[in-house]
Order: sequence, then C-alpha cells, then structure tokens
Amino acid sequence: MSSHTGKFGEYGGQYVPEALMPAIEELEDAYERYVLDNEDGFMNEFRQRLADFGGRPTPLQYADRLSERYDTDVYLKREDLLHGGAHKLNNALGQVLLAKYMGKDRIIAETGAGQHGTATAMACAHLGMPCEVYMGRRDINRQRPNVFRMRLNGAEVTPVTVGRGTLKEAISETMRDWAENVEHTHYVIGSVVGPHPFPAMVRDFQRVISEEAREQMRDRAGCLPDSVLTCAGGGSNTMGLFAEFIDDEEVDLYAVEAGGSSLAVDAEEGVAPNSATLSTGTDGVLHGSRTRVLQDYDGQIMESHSVSAGLDYAGVGPELADLVDRGRVTAVNVDDDNALEGFHRLSQLEGIIPALESAHALSYIENNRDELGDVILLNISGRGDKDLETVLEETHGRDIENAPDIETFGATGGFQ
Amino acid sequence: MSSIAEAFADGPAFVPYLAAGDPDYESSLTYVEALERGGADVIELGLPFSEPIAEGPTIQSAIVRALEAGMTPTRYFEFVADLDVDVPLVCMTYYNLIAQFGDDGERGPEAFVRRAAETGIDGFVVPDLPAEEAGPLREACDEYGCELVFIIAPTTRGERLERIMSQVSGYVYVQARLGTTGARTALSDRTAESLERITDWDVPKAVGFGISTGDHAQRVIEAGADGVIVGSALVDIVAQGVERGDPAVTVADRLEGKARELTEGALRGMPAADGGPHPERT
Repeated sequence: MSSHTGKFGEYGGQYVPEALMPAIEELEDAYERYVLDNEDGFMNEFRQRLADFGGRPTPLQYADRLSERYDTDVYLKREDLLHGGAHKLNNALGQVLLAKYMGKDRIIAETGAGQHGTATAMACAHLGMPCEVYMGRRDINRQRPNVFRMRLNGAEVTPVTVGRGTLKEAISETMRDWAENVEHTHYVIGSVVGPHPFPAMVRDFQRVISEEAREQMRDRAGCLPDSVLTCAGGGSNTMGLFAEFIDDEEVDLYAVEAGGSSLAVDAEEGVAPNSATLSTGTDGVLHGSRTRVLQDYDGQIMESHSVSAGLDYAGVGPELADLVDRGRVTAVNVDDDNALEGFHRLSQLEGIIPALESAHALSYIENNRDELGDVILLNISGRGDKDLETVLEETHGRDIENAPDIETFGATGGFQ
Repeated sequence: MSSIAEAFADGPAFVPYLAAGDPDYESSLTYVEALERGGADVIELGLPFSEPIAEGPTIQSAIVRALEAGMTPTRYFEFVADLDVDVPLVCMTYYNLIAQFGDDGERGPEAFVRRAAETGIDGFVVPDLPAEEAGPLREACDEYGCELVFIIAPTTRGERLERIMSQVSGYVYVQARLGTTGARTALSDRTAESLERITDWDVPKAVGFGISTGDHAQRVIEAGADGVIVGSALVDIVAQGVERGDPAVTVADRLEGKARELTEGALRGMPAADGGPHPERT
C-alpha cells in the first residue's frame, strides 16, 4: 500500500469519512501506477485523446492590441479553445479515463459554473460512462446553457438545494453520494482540492497547460515570461499554468482571486462577499484537506461570493495555499466591477469573449501594469458564452465604463 | 474503568444522538434529558458544523436549525454544563471546529479537548478524521482522559482495521452500511459481516446508521453488537415537532418513548444467561 503523503507544507492530507478511505487509497495507488508510472500506456492514451478529442495543443496568441494598450508584450494561452470551451476537459478526461482503467462503472461530479460538469459529461459520453452531476440550485439558475449541454451529453443533473446552493454545497453533496456508492463509482473532483491524491492528480492532468505554454513562449518570444497570471478559484487552471514555471525563479506567478463586492466579511451572517481565499482566508479543514478557507472565528465555513460562479468557493487547493505561504505565488484579487470591465475589454480589443473567471486575471493587468515586467503570459481559462446572461444582468445594474449600450437588450425583454 | 466502559459493562448499550441546540437551546436541553429517561446509556451530542459531509438530509437539517438558532462551540460547552444528565457524553463533530477552537494564542485539539473535559464530555467521534490524521486529537484525549471513538465502514479492511484498532478507545462505531446517516425501514444485511471482522477487538462494538426501531435494535444486538447508535430516527421526532409546532414537552415525551422502544429492543436481543430469562438491568 502506498505511503501516506499528499502534504504541501502544513496543507493537504486526507480528512474524509472512513467509508471513503479505502477508495482514496485505491485511487492513490491508481494515480501512482497509471499517471506517474504510465502503466499500460495510460498517459499515452490520455495525451492522444486530449489531442484528437480535445484539440490540443491550444494556441499561444500574441495579443496585439492589449500589448499596445499596456506597452508590453502580452501573450494569451488560449484554453478557451479547448473542446468544451475551458481548461476543465484536461482534468475531466484524465479522471474519467482513469476510472475506466480502475474498472469503475459510474461517474459523479460536482460543478459550480457548470464548466467542470460539462467537461465531465463530454468525457463520459466520449468514453461511454454513465454520469451524474451535482449542481447548486443557484448555479443552475445562473448557468443554464451549461445545464442544457450536460443534459445533451446524457448526464443527469441533480440540483443541490441546501445552503446558498453553490459549489461548496455541491461538493458536500457529491461526497455523500460517493460515500454511498464508493465501491463502483469514481468521483471526478473538478479542481485541485479535496483529499490526497486529488490535488496532485488534478494538477498533473492540468499540467499540460504549462508544458505547452512554456515551450510556446520559448518558440514565439524567445524567452520565458516575466510574469504569469491567471484566475484562481479552487485553483486547477492556476496550478496547471504554474506547474512548469515553479522552478523558473525569475518568473513571477500571480493568482488572481475574486474580490467580489468587498473583502470585508459579515461574520454575523457568515458571509464573505468575495472568494479571495488566498488573500483573506485562514488555515482550516474543508472538503478533505487542510488549506486556506473562508471561515468565521469558530471555524464555520462562510458563504463566498463572486459574479463569476467558477471562482465562487470558500476553499482553495492546498498546494496553491502553500506556494502563497512560501512566497512563490503572489495572491491578488480583482472585484466584480473590474472583472466586468475586463470582460468587455477583451471582447472589444481582441475579439475574445472570455469567461468571467478569466476576465479577473486580465483586469489585474489594467491597474498593475508596472509591476508585471515586459513579457506577460495570461491564461484565458475559458470562453464566456456561458456568462452572457450574467454579464447582461450585472452590467445593466452597474456603471461599467467600457460596456456597450445594452439597453437594446432590455427593450426586447432579453433580461429583467 | 472509564464511565463509557461502565456504560457498556452490563448489557447492551443504547447510544442515541441529537444535535445540540436543535431547534433551540432550551428545548434541546429537555430533549437530551428525555433520552436519559428513556434508557440512554451514552449520549452522542452533535456540535453542529456548516459542512457535515457524513450526514444525510435528516441530520443536515437538524444542524441547520441548530446553527440558525445560534449554536456555536462556546455555546455548546455551556449547553453541556447546563445539561442535567448522569450518563457519559460523547461529542460528535467535524475536525475544523476542533482545529479552530481556542483563542489566537492557542487553537486546536488540545484547547478543545481540555475545555470539553472540564465541561463533562467523556469522548469524541469525528467523522471526517481518519486514523491517519488523528494524532494530535488522540494525544489530547490521552492527556485529559477522554475516549476517541472511530468509525469503521463496510469498506474498512486489512491494514486499515489494524490502524484504527491501535487508536480507538471507548467503543468502536460500526457503520452498518455505506452512505450517510439516515433512518431506514430495512436493516442492512452487512451488520453481521461487519462485526465478524472485529470480534477480537477489546473495545465494545456499537452499530449505527439506519437503525430506527426496537426490532432493528434487537437484531443488531443478536448479531453480536454491544450497543446500538440511533440518530436520525430521533432527529425525525424533533423535526416533526418543529413542523407541527408541538410544545417541547410533547416532543420530549415522544423522544423518551422512542428511546424506551430502542432500549427495550436492545435488551431483547441480549443472549439469555444460562438459557434462563433475559437479565434485566436496574
């Protein structure tokens, strides 16, 4: 049996009900054999399917107009062009394939923005596995197109109504399903969170982002970037983008979190109106690992908030929390208003409608250009089609300087 | 002999669970006291956590009610101090509340267990803390003379059983089936199989998950258990009282009645000594 590892400094570990521990040990063993040691050519098949089905490698694009605006070289890693429209497929395909190698016959997953749910549903259809996705009621309402996509791919979508009905509740509910059906079901967790081996394994499935990007930077720019930026919710695209740059000490790594409407917390109501876990969270235990979490004085987990459903989570990957503690990664945050501005800016300047998650990272450049050096690598982790309704609503209620005139849509009854 | 060991010493133990503060502080005190009148030998008293990943819908709802009524770890210890019961109390909670307990000078298991022991808690069961991560809590329990109960699941085998056996004290919580907590109409057929794996353990074996009637309790004891743990079937009574707006005294009577049914069921399951009539406890 494998040794008990999975610690990142003080963080990580395996804080789960005993019923799940045997499955987690089995998964640890499978991760080591198939992913780390490429047993039975698992990684070859994974890479081939990422290419054929997923469309990898994704391009690295020089962003002319952003570069001009900021008087610097801005390169975009286009994960929005991966099949499904976000980086999520890298992990979902890896885990569903691993489940097949392990002989499991059912897949469950949680989803927040719906991107991980759609990626898992696609991977399950592709590999012929039944799939059930748990999604918070509130997220179902704000991400309807993704719910429909999951259904089209044959997945069951089960609403979670407890709490505020977002990602935190969906993860808890998926863990409950797993505890009941653990003997034949694999839980495809959607980020670098949860008990070991999930944080390490999901990072290794997402690592392809930085393997490609580092190579592409050398080819295109002839150098490594001065700074690498991406958004961080749970942190899977973040760890995927950072993984291969961690040893390049001259490269600054920025994890851009959702500042929401405010960094202040309402302890009385147990609400943090942001998802800035790395910036404001404290050491705690959530969903199977020790990490930084948004919690009150007693240790009750707070409800987080972000205009972007995909960043709306009270925890963060333990490895990322450790990298921030060690000073290797800088945690910064961008609030809802600025994220919306970033969304409109990329749409207008580069013809790319980004996911609201990715818009946070872009927006950080706007106000912090001077600290980022001459060559910037920015991950566009996903495309924004899923967010159009949210952006329409949220832009309407705010004073967003660079937004197009959207009254036209209001007049046609497109939104309330 | 510890108080928990004594509670298991003469005949099968009935171990009920309620969430402290559900649906409010005062009613909850009377509900827990009613369990003792109904025959409880040990009481598992839940300290509500916002992410109870091992609980089914019934206990999740109880936890939400208790949290909304203002239950916190500090209030919980006041609650324990206010309780008028003579049976051992086991605190059931999730690890983050233990890890965060205390003030900024000193937070964690040591502060939590010290406070709990001072207040009258005899042991702990922490569903999201496997044996691998339990070192600091086990040490604190040893220091303050408290028991640390572990859960074994139908999936627990081999080395994992040994690892748990080396750390468990008080009793072992045998999870009768996979999944989360919740009352069931049918009893799991994995109970006997689960007990067979641990016949040589020298701690009492208490079976929980899905037990809701006196008949279930009887059959669990007949299968070789030393005790029965019942949570959701009791929490259901509290929830029903909230729904109907029943007075607390009515709900307490129902809880006492249900507790008695389960206690008597467990007694019926006890093997008769020398083929004679079942020994009765006083």
